[in-house]
Amino acid sequence: MDNREITRITGVNPRKCMRCGKCSAVCPAYDEMEYHPHQFVAMIEGGAVEELANSRGIWRCLSCMACMERCPRQVEPARLVEAVRLKVIRQAGKNHLLPDQIPGLLDPDMPQQALVSALRKYGK
Amino acid sequence: MGRIGVFVCWCGSNIAATVDVKAVAETLGREPGVVYAADYQYMCSEAGQNLLVQAIGQYKLTGVVICSCSPRMHEATFRKAAARAGLNPYLVEIANIREQCSWIHKDRQVATEKAIILGRAAIAKVQLNAPLTAGQSPVTKRALVIGGGIAGIQTALDIAEAGFPVDIVEKEPTIGGKMAQIDKTFPTLDCAACILTPKMVDAAQNENIDILAYAQVEKVEGFVGNFTVTIRHKARYVDPAKCTGCGLCTEKCPQKRVPNAFNLGLDNRRAIYIPFAQAVPKIATIDPAYCTKLNTGKCGVCAKVCTAGAIDYQQTDRLEQRQYGAIVAATGFQPISLEKFGEYAYQQSPDVVTSLEFERLMNAAGPTGGTLLRPSDGKHPHTLVFVQCVGSRCQGDGRGKTYCSKICCMYTAKHAMLCREKYPDTEVYVFYIDVRTPGKNFDEFYRRAVEEYGVHYIKGQVGKVVPQNGVLKVQASDLLENRQLHIDADMVILATAMEPDPTARALATQLTASMDTNDFFTEAHPKLRPVESPTAGVFLSGACQGPKDIPDTVAQAGAAAAKVIGLLVKDHLTCNPCVAKPDELMCNGCSACAQVCPYGAITYVDKDFRGPNRTTLRRRVAQVNPAVCQGCGACTVTCPSGAMDLLGFSNRQILAEVDAICK
Amino acid sequence: MQVNFTPTIVAFCCNWCSYAGADLSGTNRLQYPANVKIIRIPCSCRLNPMFILRAFQRGADGVILCGCHPGDCHYTTGNYYARRRMTLLFSLLDYLGIERERTRVEWISAAEGAKFAATMAEFTETIRALGENRRLEDLRCKQM
Repeated sequence: MDNREITRITGVNPRKCMRCGKCSAVCPAYDEMEYHPHQFVAMIEGGAVEELANSRGIWRCLSCMACMERCPRQVEPARLVEAVRLKVIRQAGKNHLLPDQIPGLLDPDMPQQALVSALRKYGK
Repeated sequence: MGRIGVFVCWCGSNIAATVDVKAVAETLGREPGVVYAADYQYMCSEAGQNLLVQAIGQYKLTGVVICSCSPRMHEATFRKAAARAGLNPYLVEIANIREQCSWIHKDRQVATEKAIILGRAAIAKVQLNAPLTAGQSPVTKRALVIGGGIAGIQTALDIAEAGFPVDIVEKEPTIGGKMAQIDKTFPTLDCAACILTPKMVDAAQNENIDILAYAQVEKVEGFVGNFTVTIRHKARYVDPAKCTGCGLCTEKCPQKRVPNAFNLGLDNRRAIYIPFAQAVPKIATIDPAYCTKLNTGKCGVCAKVCTAGAIDYQQTDRLEQRQYGAIVAATGFQPISLEKFGEYAYQQSPDVVTSLEFERLMNAAGPTGGTLLRPSDGKHPHTLVFVQCVGSRCQGDGRGKTYCSKICCMYTAKHAMLCREKYPDTEVYVFYIDVRTPGKNFDEFYRRAVEEYGVHYIKGQVGKVVPQNGVLKVQASDLLENRQLHIDADMVILATAMEPDPTARALATQLTASMDTNDFFTEAHPKLRPVESPTAGVFLSGACQGPKDIPDTVAQAGAAAAKVIGLLVKDHLTCNPCVAKPDELMCNGCSACAQVCPYGAITYVDKDFRGPNRTTLRRRVAQVNPAVCQGCGACTVTCPSGAMDLLGFSNRQILAEVDAICK
Repeated sequence: MQVNFTPTIVAFCCNWCSYAGADLSGTNRLQYPANVKIIRIPCSCRLNPMFILRAFQRGADGVILCGCHPGDCHYTTGNYYARRRMTLLFSLLDYLGIERERTRVEWISAAEGAKFAATMAEFTETIRALGENRRLEDLRCKQM
């Protein structure tokens, strides 16, 4: 996978990142991920797209967009993750999640937003 | 057709080795209009200049072309020589046949041909040269400093020291500015008031300095050496001549609930107030927004207690006009508003403070008498979190500033160090993106905070601050440890970005001084003229030009003062005569030229012109102030009717050169 | 294409950066073709596009404008004006059918003597390859 493709479809320039870590500071799913928002940006910039695509972390992202909202330089890590997820989905060519599976996966503490974004992310 | 003299210089062998100087002189001598042509070994020497002087007299020359080195080298020399012979110095043109011919070509024939063409172009131009006289304008030997912070005070003191009268206009009731609010200064940790207040007193006592506090610049007219400034003296409702500054009124005033601006609203003051004990001038001021007497007509306590009879409820704003030769902008900075930074809970919790507020909380003259107490409950805080780059280094997020505010790393290190020194039971965290400490003893200072005082420096940013059950829940990232931190803090201190004072924009318009996109004043040259504005006679001092700390500000203030003194010692200013000149008959008053002029040299006047059948037509035409115009020529190209021309580089002159080269 | 064609090239140089840069290339004895003749103007914004048209009319084969680097203008903003005007002139010249390469804008500082010489050499080669410019030339102006 090519990082230029990711930057092209997202319109995000990962070189704008000044490594301040604000994205990782606001991330509510931080502890669930093995790679954190600031690392997404660094990995895309460094070309480690494959590694990111194979990580669990991208599926743990809630798409809450807090990192985008708070980034002082408009790097938008959430967009990058979204693009990587899309790449994975398109490559595999199949649904990763069906609506019927969702009730079994539900967590009583899970916010509504996570549910909606999960459908958006996993369903086709 | 003029009578032109051509002088070809050998420059020893520098020119003569590759250019056949005799042939050049001979060929150019046959050009129309040329009545004398000669070559000489060193034109710039005494003998060479004498040759020029003699020829001008003998052949009654009306124009001179010197084929020699670059005009950047000896144009002034030959112009002076021509002036000695009674020829207007601006009738001398240089053909650069050394740097742009003999030195770059090896082939003698090629170089000679090129030298002839360059000479022809110069002859074509000099035919059209007009005698120009450098104008003179007088200099008013008085300076105006706008802003009475440390920058303004230092500039004024330095100018006054040189013997020139100087006025400081300060919009607040006292001079002192932001430095008066600061507790300690880095990296020496000496008390700001101890080093500032003596300077304030010096300024007040200096005969050459007139402090116009609680006043504002209303209007600026004129140009370098001759500014007329209208100053608005705001009504204090106190007669400054009578008030002794005893402060009795400020104790007796019944209106006690006025947020104290000097302490940034951390405590209250009365409606009549003296900002702080060492204020200069130490005169009480009534805050009209809160005074009961001014708002309802009832009260008048201050007038009753004032033994000097200084209270005057009828006072109104007063306008005054003063003349100045030079103006220094020293309008300073302010911390940005944090209303868009909701994640730090600044609006929600009084325990989240800006660094400037923290200065007041640590200050012995501050609202807590120098004991660090939480503003919410007055308890001693144990965990303090400092956040750097709040609003600095943001790009395109619409909230902050793109630039680095420069001083925050150092004052945060200072705050952290002072906290740990005074209260060893505290835990102090500093969240940084980069620690930037370029400066004398700066990095040592920061390292001391870490190594000796045990301040926890964490690379990362604070994501959010949530006030909960009396503590501030801080969520942050630690990039080096690659983990997310959750800290229960008692206080959060935000290193807020600095921005130019909001009054600076209006002032820049008045001064026709340019500003950058961040509203910092632009310097005339970023490297070589850092304290001058592009507008002649306007100088820059302190943080109004860009973020800077106190030592830099004082250094720049001194530099600005030196430039002002250099201007004021002159009795007259000699103007560059190569300035723009409008043809009033062609000008249609469209203002296009005034809009491109970077110096504000172009104004418009209504003038009467003779019309057909003995009528008079009144038209609006452009006028160039030759004292202000620097001769860039931007207006000449902009002018849609071709009315504007540049003396010394007129359209006809340049076209003549083009024609001569292309022939 | 003619053999031994020596193009006529007019270079407008601003007084503060590029003219000084040209002087520097002289001081350093850096050679560039003799076809280039320099006209000194106070600032690149003094260059009226008319001057360029006149040069082409009188038989110039190429015109180059040199000014201070953006942001370094002695007059603060002059080269920005020049840049905009030249952009407009380029489209006019395109419309007239004059090759785009015949006119050029370069930012050359007072310290860039080597860049000046290299630019002029390269520009001359470009013009030499393009050949003579006849489109705007006014033959009435030619000396017979």
